Amino acid sequence: MLKDITLGQFFPGDSIAHRLDARCKLLLVVVYIAALFTAKGVVGYGLVILATVAMVAVSRIPPKALFRGLKPVVVIIVFTAVLNMFFTTGTPLVKLGPVTITQEGLIRAGAMVLRIMLLICGTFLLTYTTSPIALTDGMERLFNPLKKIKVPVHEMSMMMSMALRFIPTLIEETDKIMSAQKARGADFETGNLFQRAKALLPLLVPLFVSAFRRADDLAIAMESRCYHGGDGRTRMKQLKWKTRDTIAMLLGLALLAAVIGLRRFGL
Amino acid sequence: MTPIVRAEALRHVYSAGTPFEKVAIDGIDLSLTAGQLVGVIGHTGSGKSTFIQHLNGLLKPTSGAVYFEEQDIHRSKEATRDVRFSVGLVFQYPEYQLFEETVYKDIAFGPKNMKLSESEVDARVKEAAHFVGLPDELMELSPLELSGGQKRRIAIAGVIAMRPKVLILDEPTAGLDPGGCRDILQNILDYRSETGSAVLIVTHNMDDAARIADRLVVFNHGHIAFDGTPEAVFSHTKELMDIGLDVPQSARIAQALRERGVALPDSIYTPDQLFAAVQALRKGAGAC
Repeated sequence: MLKDITLGQFFPGDSIAHRLDARCKLLLVVVYIAALFTAKGVVGYGLVILATVAMVAVSRIPPKALFRGLKPVVVIIVFTAVLNMFFTTGTPLVKLGPVTITQEGLIRAGAMVLRIMLLICGTFLLTYTTSPIALTDGMERLFNPLKKIKVPVHEMSMMMSMALRFIPTLIEETDKIMSAQKARGADFETGNLFQRAKALLPLLVPLFVSAFRRADDLAIAMESRCYHGGDGRTRMKQLKWKTRDTIAMLLGLALLAAVIGLRRFGL
Repeated sequence: MTPIVRAEALRHVYSAGTPFEKVAIDGIDLSLTAGQLVGVIGHTGSGKSTFIQHLNGLLKPTSGAVYFEEQDIHRSKEATRDVRFSVGLVFQYPEYQLFEETVYKDIAFGPKNMKLSESEVDARVKEAAHFVGLPDELMELSPLELSGGQKRRIAIAGVIAMRPKVLILDEPTAGLDPGGCRDILQNILDYRSETGSAVLIVTHNMDDAARIADRLVVFNHGHIAFDGTPEAVFSHTKELMDIGLDVPQSARIAQALRERGVALPDSIYTPDQLFAAVQALRKGAGAC
């Protein structure tokens, strides 16, 4: 069950998508989301879907992995779909007692589901093709101008990279503790809500203890190597903006422009 | 003797159908009888940990089956859960799973899950604490305040308190000082001799394995490479070293001597045997 969480997982590879500059990919995701939310008509959505498929193809990430990433949000998707389906006014199609399904509602629900799925696919492509370190590095560089107004950009990106780094570790740890408690007869799967919440205690206490222990160890390890923050630190891997990044960026902007243009014509 | 736990043609594949697919164990046949003390050795990733998690039903085999007292442990959900009380599994670094406010409550977690009466739980906690040598005055302290060795003992007591008929321990002595190692191994031996349970210990320490086990099972790449008495297994010194495993120091010395042309028998794996063999040789040489 816990293995389904793919948040922040990186698929090592050597495709063009992997080699693009992290900053470029981050900006592209922003542009992509903008395009996705501007799209209105069938043609607009079609274009965004086409772009997504093209990106997946270029990144050589198995589509199966992307669908696996969608699993944890199925509830949200279904919830949105149902809400939109029943609570949109318009031409009624079906009447089921007090609720009516309208034509507009159906269309809107479909569009919403499509939108969430594409949104997740797009952002997952980013985390799948970019290592957490490159990702936070790129973020730090993008937000660098904010340092002028005393925003602790380096500290924030450091915190993020640590959080990302520890997600798989904590998942693994959770699995391990769960097995250990199950071996002593703990039951995480049956009972009512209250019983289940109580059953989580033997899992959560050791997990917190070990998270604090890890944090302590990490702090000591960093201090013993004289870590003191961002000033004057050099990087092992320099981010370099290359021609391919410019091209990718231009393609992204072209997509956004096209979607905006199509929206004008109601497509 | 009928086996108490029996694994048959066990195969387990992790992340089947993904790029990360990995066959952890394949074609494992193994049975344990009561009172046996089995040492399981094999290098990291050889499938030992996967294997032991099948014995109490934490992992479900991709194919094959595990039988406890000749009944399939996956015949129903309840059966699987009950088997966990009879096949006690102590994980590696078990001290990280302590969670209760007091040592007593933590040890009582297993027996309480078995729905035993309060007095029975109490009796078992005391018995288990006695087995691992935990003094009474520790029982009301928080387990998190104690030393690493004591925590380890509490965790082991937590499993022993369920009075398992099969006790499985994954590297129970990892990270302990030599004294702590000896104590814990002695506790385990005591448990076996007093209850007649079968014990299975996963270990990297060949000297320990040679000293306490009466049967050794060697895992290599998800298969069983050797299965037999320590004497039989350690007579394959060269093969064991070829698959990247250690052998007891005495066996290593004997092998080195053999390679230099000293005619020593194959079955040396303890200091006493080595000493006796070398002495016998010297006597022979003296007679010449």
